[in-house]
Amino acid sequence: MANDAVVDKGRRRFLTATTAVVGGAGVVVAAIPFIKSWEPSAAAKSAGAPVEADIAKIEAGQKVTFAWRGLPVFVVNRTKPQLDTLPLVDSKLKDPKSENVDQQPKYAQNEYRSIKPEWLVVTGICTHLGCVPDYFPDLKPEPFDPQWKGGFFCPCHKSRYDMAGRVYDGVPAPANLAVPPYKFLDDTRILIGVNPEGAA
Amino acid sequence: MGVTSVRLHPKNRVLGWVEDRLPWLSFVSAHTSGYYAPKNFNLWYYFGSLALIVLVNQILTGIFLTMFYKPNAAEAFASVEYIMRDVNWGWLIRYMHSTGASLFFVVVYLHMFRGLMYGSYKKPRELVWILGMLIFLALMAEAFMGYVLPWGNMSFWGAKVIISLFGAVPLIGDSLVEWIMGDYLPADATLNRFFALHVIALPLVLLLLVVLHIAALHEVGSNNPDGIEIKEKKKPDGTPLDGIAFHPYYTVKDLFGTGFFLLLAAFIIFYAPTFGGWFLEHDNFIPANNLATPEHIKPVWYFTPFYAMLRMIPAKLPGVIVMFLGIVLLFFVPWLDKGKVKSIRYRGLGYKIMLGLFAISFVMLGAVGAGVSAEKIPEWFGADADVTTIENLFGRFWLIVYFAFFVFLWVYTRFGFEKTKPVPDRVTTHA
Repeated sequence: MANDAVVDKGRRRFLTATTAVVGGAGVVVAAIPFIKSWEPSAAAKSAGAPVEADIAKIEAGQKVTFAWRGLPVFVVNRTKPQLDTLPLVDSKLKDPKSENVDQQPKYAQNEYRSIKPEWLVVTGICTHLGCVPDYFPDLKPEPFDPQWKGGFFCPCHKSRYDMAGRVYDGVPAPANLAVPPYKFLDDTRILIGVNPEGAA
Repeated sequence: MGVTSVRLHPKNRVLGWVEDRLPWLSFVSAHTSGYYAPKNFNLWYYFGSLALIVLVNQILTGIFLTMFYKPNAAEAFASVEYIMRDVNWGWLIRYMHSTGASLFFVVVYLHMFRGLMYGSYKKPRELVWILGMLIFLALMAEAFMGYVLPWGNMSFWGAKVIISLFGAVPLIGDSLVEWIMGDYLPADATLNRFFALHVIALPLVLLLLVVLHIAALHEVGSNNPDGIEIKEKKKPDGTPLDGIAFHPYYTVKDLFGTGFFLLLAAFIIFYAPTFGGWFLEHDNFIPANNLATPEHIKPVWYFTPFYAMLRMIPAKLPGVIVMFLGIVLLFFVPWLDKGKVKSIRYRGLGYKIMLGLFAISFVMLGAVGAGVSAEKIPEWFGADADVTTIENLFGRFWLIVYFAFFVFLWVYTRFGFEKTKPVPDRVTTHA
């Protein structure tokens, strides 16, 4: 080589650095399609359409589960005694006034967490790690709570919710059960996945 | 160097021709007959080679399972039943794989405990320990994804719970969960990608890490039950006075251990493949159902200690952090422990007691996570006992003991509370 002795180190470092930056940018851009490929596909998204629930045959105190976006949605026809328990447990709850606005639409941010007091509509997914809580409607001592006032109990990590899906204090779940968007088509039909007209 | 490098020149012309171009026989011999290990290895030193045997078993049986398994939410469960009932010897191949998974964790946990006992994580073996911990992490991911594949109800709900852990990440949590699942719930997309990760991506990572783990070990040399560096006292020929060649001495010893281990494994595979619901859970013999959570949801036994850590903390994000901390702290043990004496044989009484308590806390947390304590509390405290409160008290006590070990280890060694015994010059074996 003719000019072995004169190596311009600054120039060499510059070329190495620019090559690395350009190559690195290429790698980052090339990674995008692979990362994006993991997002829900078009087919998965289109499967998330609203679901109509027929509530005419749900008896007082009964819970029926409907599937919306593959998620269980509980529809409960609450009785008067069940509704009366709600103020009694306020002091034991994490968020008795439903102040966490992510967990329900505005039209369900009230003492019953519902549009009509007797009809509770909540996503049956524990806000801890996504299990389906069981329904324990009776006002009687349960192994997990001797002063049970009725509500939901998650078998996975023992989180407890009251008859409005409000979470108890001292359990792993951080938030109340989510209320999905829903509206009443008439007195016996609910559409899950759509807000009522005029509501946000 | 733990490995003596030699250049072999085989007499056989073909072997010699190859060796001159690719010295593979020299490489093999340097890492077997040229690798000097301390002569005082005891029973605890079987578990490294056993882990390797199980890894080979998992790869071989795994390859055959992929020939019959269908990675598709509609067909997966039925294809596992097909393997069990219709494929010739399919039941044996699957039970070898599922039993192998549990035994993998048995030997790895014992292997890790050996490292803690004899100070094998200490200088100069910190990197061996870190690489080992990375293998443990990869193994947990591998085991979790493998558990999802049969698409039983416990597979589904296990996937749901574990993936939901990522929902605790602030801000991006929810979209991260959707990204991992590729849907709004664990679905075909989830199963399909877990299959790819389980059979290709993670095994490649595991193999690479195992190679690095052994390469790092052979560079610094093995520790031993006395925690003495055998390289400090050498024979005139340069080999350690207290060392013996890995081959034939330890290959023969490990062969004996392997025989005994395979005997136990065969007993489980043939007579108790579900191990009473501990290796294969009963709820996983029911197909996945996204609308019904199994009544007692719990992971397989090897995850239960970490699962208990999650459960004992009454808030989501802190629970997840504590659980990850339970694993992450182990990475830092080489630096938390400032003590110079390696082996438990010559360490202070405090260390012996705390290591014992640490092991007990791990087992007790495992019992809490597996639901054993919830089952026993009504028996011990009467039918109307408040299970949740008693279980929380019990679990949180052992959770504190588990983390206290790490704090203790640092305080005890950093501020000179440890009274060690004199460490002998030579290994204490009589031969």
